[in-house]
Amino acid sequence: MRRSYSRALGTAALAAVLVAAAGCQDTSGDDTASGECGGKIAIFGAFSGDNAGLVLPSLNGAKLAIKQHNDANADCQITLQEFDTQGDAAQATPIANEVAGDASFLGVIGGHFSAETDATMPVYEAAGLAMVSPSATRTDLTSKGNKSFFRVVGNDATQGGAVSTYVKSQNATKVFMIDDGSAYGAGITAELGKNLGPLLAGSDKIQERQSQFDPTIAKIKAAGADFVFYGGYTREAAPLVRQMRAAGIKAKFVGPDGLYDPAFPEGASGGAEGSIITCPCLPADKAGGSFAADYQKAYGQAPGSYGAEGFDAAQIYVDAFKDGKKSRADILAFVKAYDKQGVSKYVKFAENGDVDPTKVVIWSYQIKGTAFEPLQELKLS
Amino acid sequence: MNFDDLFGHFGQHTVDGLSKGAIYALIALGYTLVYGVLRLINFAHSEVFMVGTFAVLGLWTAFGVENNPPIGQAILFLVLGLIVAAIASGGTALAIERIAYRPLRRKNAPPLIFLITAIGVSLVLVEVFGLLLPRLLGGAVPSMFSRERIILGMPTILEQKTVIEIAGIEINNIQLIVFVSVLAMMAALDWFINRTRYGRGVRAVAQNPETAALMGVNQERVIMLIFVLGGIMAGAAALLWSMRFGITQSSIGFVLGLKAFTAAVLGGIGNLRGALVGGLFLGLVEVYGATLFSSEWEDVIAFVVLVVVLMFRPTGLLGESLGRARA
Repeated sequence: MRRSYSRALGTAALAAVLVAAAGCQDTSGDDTASGECGGKIAIFGAFSGDNAGLVLPSLNGAKLAIKQHNDANADCQITLQEFDTQGDAAQATPIANEVAGDASFLGVIGGHFSAETDATMPVYEAAGLAMVSPSATRTDLTSKGNKSFFRVVGNDATQGGAVSTYVKSQNATKVFMIDDGSAYGAGITAELGKNLGPLLAGSDKIQERQSQFDPTIAKIKAAGADFVFYGGYTREAAPLVRQMRAAGIKAKFVGPDGLYDPAFPEGASGGAEGSIITCPCLPADKAGGSFAADYQKAYGQAPGSYGAEGFDAAQIYVDAFKDGKKSRADILAFVKAYDKQGVSKYVKFAENGDVDPTKVVIWSYQIKGTAFEPLQELKLS
Repeated sequence: MNFDDLFGHFGQHTVDGLSKGAIYALIALGYTLVYGVLRLINFAHSEVFMVGTFAVLGLWTAFGVENNPPIGQAILFLVLGLIVAAIASGGTALAIERIAYRPLRRKNAPPLIFLITAIGVSLVLVEVFGLLLPRLLGGAVPSMFSRERIILGMPTILEQKTVIEIAGIEINNIQLIVFVSVLAMMAALDWFINRTRYGRGVRAVAQNPETAALMGVNQERVIMLIFVLGGIMAGAAALLWSMRFGITQSSIGFVLGLKAFTAAVLGGIGNLRGALVGGLFLGLVEVYGATLFSSEWEDVIAFVVLVVVLMFRPTGLLGESLGRARA
């Protein structure tokens, strides 16, 4: 009898700890009434999980834009509700159904990754919800005829071209390409491959969650590559680059914006030193207005990848609400016609939802320690 | 199909595959020991390994180990790491047994309940390390729990160097350490199970629990023993993993556990030597497959081979019960 009593007590204590811990999760956006002006928007992406480091700055940037607006306009409150997908298309889909079915949501920021965006685009389109992505870069997202998808970031074709221009300018002779088979990684790697021509010395595909890379490393060695490009995210790139270095491969490691994530150099424990990361995202100090300073003040750190893009995406909705838009259709039309200087770039969308290609900027960063130091703006072709 | 690469560097790929498989084999032992005695597939075993890698990371972080420390220090931290990982993993395995399985056994729960419990325990542990600890300890231990479910790097404790070169096949120091330790641990375990009094108890319970109990074997003690032994092997695997790959995260056990379980089945689950054979065989098949096609086909090839092997030898390569070698 005593035994079962103590066990029940133990179970209750465990449950209490779990609930308390779950309660620690920060909840943003309160449900204050939103009178005549204002409304509710959703933001979804990988806010936890392996690749969250890449996405959190964007979430913070968006929160900052909303908070600045709400603080200045007590009579026009906007609610931003977060939905964590862990970057997984399978988790993003039920969220999309929930948001689309809830008439109080008037707009969506996201997705942050290409696969989750691809999976949810039709749902939001059918619901007439505008979708503004700060960081989904796969090229074909905007070539599917979707009427409600927009992105404030350059696509992978542009970035792939810029990477190719970069490695050529570094006198690369043999480039080895690896990708993770994801919508994003395989896409950008294919774009690069198209541009490399005879410089391409070999390629391999790995799989998500892989952590041992002997065969890939043997292939890089056999190819005698002087540049290794990896299209994908941190979880696989960190162990890959580290094992490459341990095996004595000296080739320069180049990765796209998927690796613009502080967890990448940290996870690689020094193996990522000197790696080049390209990103269609601005260095913090190049962003317009007081964004970088405001962000630093609010979060105690510099905006990482896509902080400025997240801010811009949210700002579009802020402007829509300020303009008195109150329905999904009005907001969609407003986004489509948006034409204004943002903090990351001039924001104006082409017919297919891509941001005006002439306004896209791509930067290269070099990893020093665990920091991403801006190197130079890359030429687009 | 890249036959040139496969056959051109066949020896090298074999070495790579064997060293990959050796770690699978160590983890596979945990599955096989528990299955041999309890007929239970302990899916939480992959998390026993994960806890071991966190213990190693914690130890090395606590002592501020840097990349490539002097050799004396490196050996010291490897030995300490082995002890800490073995204690952490062995302790976790024992705790799982006491908290999750023993109450079920007392109530004679059907096998399916054990299986679900095992999966549940596995998920709980993954999320404890992925979510709960980061929220509780994120501020206190930022190097381990700064963010939820993050991938964590460890310092490089030994620089990889080629130590043996025969006919173009390079074997590096880390691969050598992995081989030697895995073989030594296997031999020790095999000896323990087949030659000692405790081992005899384990074999007796495995063969017939009721008769063993009548003969005075304490079944509960035997069950605790096999969980601890499996845990210690997983701890050793965690140390070798940390030395060779230097990464961990809360979900690190998932893929590895799946592979180790496959290795155990491939060799004949419940059979200690089978775990070794299965692990090495799986490592080889994966590396050959990845070389022949590309790395994304690795798992496909591995599981096709598993299916084919089981079609012709349903009890695995060495069979489920190999007389005395059976746990």
